[in-house]
Amino acid sequence: MNDCDKRDGAPREGEPILTCDNVSIRYITGDFKEIGIKEYVMRKLTRNYHVKEFWADRHVTFTINRGDMLGIIGTNGAGKSTLLKAVSGIMVPTEGAVVCRGKIAALLELGSGFDGDMTVKENTYLRGAMLGYTKKFMDDTYDDIIAFAELTEFQDRPFKQLSSGMKSRLAFSIASLVNPDILILDEVLSVGDGAFRKKSEEKMRSIINGGATTILVSHSIPQVRSMCNKILWLDHGRQVTFGDDVNGICDLYEKYLADKVLPEIPAGGVV
Amino acid sequence: METNNQKKPNIFRRMRASVSGFAEKLNRNKFLFSELVKRDFKKKYKRTVLGMFWSVLSPLLTLLVMWTVFTKFFGSGIRYYTTFLFCGNICFAYFSDSTNLGMGSLYSNAAVFTKINVPKYLFLLSQNVSSLINFGLTFCVFLIFCGIDRVPFTPKFFMLIFPILALIIFNLGVGMILSALFIFFRDIQYLWGVFTTLLMYVSAIFYDPSRFESMEVLFYLNPVYVCIKYFRWVTIGAGGMGNYIENGQLIQTVCIPSLQYHLLMFGYAFLALGIGALIYKKNNHKFLYYV
Repeated sequence: MNDCDKRDGAPREGEPILTCDNVSIRYITGDFKEIGIKEYVMRKLTRNYHVKEFWADRHVTFTINRGDMLGIIGTNGAGKSTLLKAVSGIMVPTEGAVVCRGKIAALLELGSGFDGDMTVKENTYLRGAMLGYTKKFMDDTYDDIIAFAELTEFQDRPFKQLSSGMKSRLAFSIASLVNPDILILDEVLSVGDGAFRKKSEEKMRSIINGGATTILVSHSIPQVRSMCNKILWLDHGRQVTFGDDVNGICDLYEKYLADKVLPEIPAGGVV
Repeated sequence: METNNQKKPNIFRRMRASVSGFAEKLNRNKFLFSELVKRDFKKKYKRTVLGMFWSVLSPLLTLLVMWTVFTKFFGSGIRYYTTFLFCGNICFAYFSDSTNLGMGSLYSNAAVFTKINVPKYLFLLSQNVSSLINFGLTFCVFLIFCGIDRVPFTPKFFMLIFPILALIIFNLGVGMILSALFIFFRDIQYLWGVFTTLLMYVSAIFYDPSRFESMEVLFYLNPVYVCIKYFRWVTIGAGGMGNYIENGQLIQTVCIPSLQYHLLMFGYAFLALGIGALIYKKNNHKFLYYV
């Protein structure tokens, strides 16, 4: 779990656990990736060096309280993952501020970041360490993690021998067995087969019932409807709306997906 | 004058705050750090005892080639020539190993630091620990070779801790600079390969630069050479002759370098570390755009 940039200790009663205040994030992309000095100089000389700046998120404002489950919806490239990177402290907002009170466990694109040559057990410990758990905690919960991921007989195999579903299952198990203050899930509930998906949803519910705050990014509208109590809709970096009328906003979103016309929603207003 | 006075304590306070912040962070990430070290160590040696043996063998083979070439073919007037060579070799091999491996440490962990908020210098630090372990093993062999070469062991050998410390800090600093540059420009590894080869020749591993007296000042511009020379100074004397008797007079060349020499050596080390830390601090949130 990672501490936020601005940490103010445990939230007092009724205080929001996470506040995004007018957050804008400028992203740069272009020819600077994967090039060497030689190519950089050549491109500069031939004026073929292009760097594009764009706002991945613009004026995003929302607050969530302890125990809330926020669903973030939007089409691809809406800025969902970038926003989560700012929340988990990997990126800093270009403008605005993210204030959170509590510890965050972020699950962004699950399967990556593991080492294929190391065993499942070694990878579990390493990932646990990265998420900020202590050695003692890992020793205590390791068996539970492996059992939950249903990988007991695979624990001494090299990680690369696992199927991609198994990898995601392991990643989910590691992050969810810790009861963080804020759990960020980026399209992770759609991992594994049907049985595991059901199990992971149950696990999520028990985490939420335990008082944790969760942010869920999902393309599955039924899932958002059934699990979330707040919803944020992003479109091309702009905040379409934020509110607690989950069903109403989901209806609008489904309508938008069908006819591709953004609904008229007053700025920052709840439908 | 006044602004200067006001600035000074401020800088000191900030430095102290950043150092204690660093220590606190390191303590918080102790478990992560030890897991990273384990990972790098296992990957490097592929889980075999032979793997460990190989990595000590490589500097020894270099030593053997140099020793053969320069004693059999060219001949040198240096008395403890094997130890003289080994002093140069061990320092340079550590520098080369640590910087070349350290360069890729940040990039190869891109999948991690773009997803999880972890202190980025930990990757380099753990990589450096494996290089240091390697150096430690080679150092044991070095001491054995000193014995074979009949170098008299004196308490001055304990002074070796200083050039080793300086090398650790210097390598860390250079590793930080390189690993950051490597994120921005991938071809830096080829340039660095060429540069290390060049540096090997000007590090006076197999010759004694004090022969061209006026030129030796230039050699002091090379931080690796400064450490190599320190190694020689406290073991076999700067020129590699040890203490010897000439015309009935005892000539002592084995000695501890001056205070200024220490300052120069640690000056280089902390300069590199400072630049590296600054680059990391400035680009902490920019690296992820480039990977």
